[in-house]
Amino acid sequence: MYNLELQNNLITTSVYGSAIALILIGLYAVLVKKNLIKIVIGLSIIDAGIHLLFVAIGYIKGFTAPIFSPGSENLANKMVDPVPQALVLTAIVIGFATTAVALSLVIRLYKHHNTARIDQIKSLKW
Amino acid sequence: MRKVFVIILLILVGYFLTNTFSLITFGENRIGNTSEEKNVAAYYLNNTKEKTSVANVVTAIVVNYRGFDTLGEVTVLFLATTGLGSILFRRKEDEDQIERISKPSSSLVQTGSRILFPLIALLGIYVFIHGHLTPGGGFQGGAIIATGFLLMLISYKNFKAGHTMLIWVESLAGITFVTIGLWGLLTSGSFLENTLPGGELNNLISGGIIPIIYIAVGFKVAAELTGVLDILLNIKPKK
Repeated sequence: MYNLELQNNLITTSVYGSAIALILIGLYAVLVKKNLIKIVIGLSIIDAGIHLLFVAIGYIKGFTAPIFSPGSENLANKMVDPVPQALVLTAIVIGFATTAVALSLVIRLYKHHNTARIDQIKSLKW
Repeated sequence: MRKVFVIILLILVGYFLTNTFSLITFGENRIGNTSEEKNVAAYYLNNTKEKTSVANVVTAIVVNYRGFDTLGEVTVLFLATTGLGSILFRRKEDEDQIERISKPSSSLVQTGSRILFPLIALLGIYVFIHGHLTPGGGFQGGAIIATGFLLMLISYKNFKAGHTMLIWVESLAGITFVTIGLWGLLTSGSFLENTLPGGELNNLISGGIIPIIYIAVGFKVAAELTGVLDILLNIKPKK
């Protein structure tokens, strides 16, 4: 019953599928939830999904991490793509910065309106 | 009604994302033979070992090939900390009303975190000093050190992360980064040029300016993240 092609398809679907599912879950939270903290959490989940997608695109089956550690100095032809990993490293830091600023804005709004729910902040309506 | 629209939108986004990424085979070799240098990944994998003598190719990309981008990234982090401080600004006379939002922790937690804190800081320093040899680097090591400070901040109510110290560490690390960049500009005509000798692959002292920059980045990230945590945890309680 061992079917290699089916297995490969299953792995592809699960990796890309989970990344896309994370993006959709985050988008749902951002669009539907009323609590500002939950919206910020949704943005972070979208971040995580995009990072997973990036690293998955750079992955090559059976290859090692792009580090010339002792014993793998001559394996340059057997290494996964290092560029998406470097970009994700940048993206994680930027994601942290935006989350921190968003949370501080939520704290300010909560202090001003005594609520963190956007449907109860009346002054936003016109 | 709104939920229906949102679900239709999500189905559309999911459909197009799935269609796009089903065209990209998972695990396929898109780099090709690295010695042919058909794309940037092949160029980096082929040249990192000889030209920079850094074992970790991701570190070489982040600090050397895309060093200017990393300087911008560190600047974004600095701006986020500054923005956070100005959004949650408080006056000097309100300083005595500020309390940390944490429940008093038991002596077990306090003693445990006092023992763990130096070990966490040591791990963080190890991670960013060996950033060019092992997985890890300045950003990761700085984040580990900040978690140690977070542990102390939530277990001790009167633990203060000294703001003057944080500002000095952050500024000195940033000045080090820019000075190394300007030194490269003066001596060989290009910003952040790797002017120091590369040394031997897989030695602690190798890679020229890369370990120095990553150590500076590590200190800077640790100071900035600790500052963010300290500001977010010390909020004036409502009257």
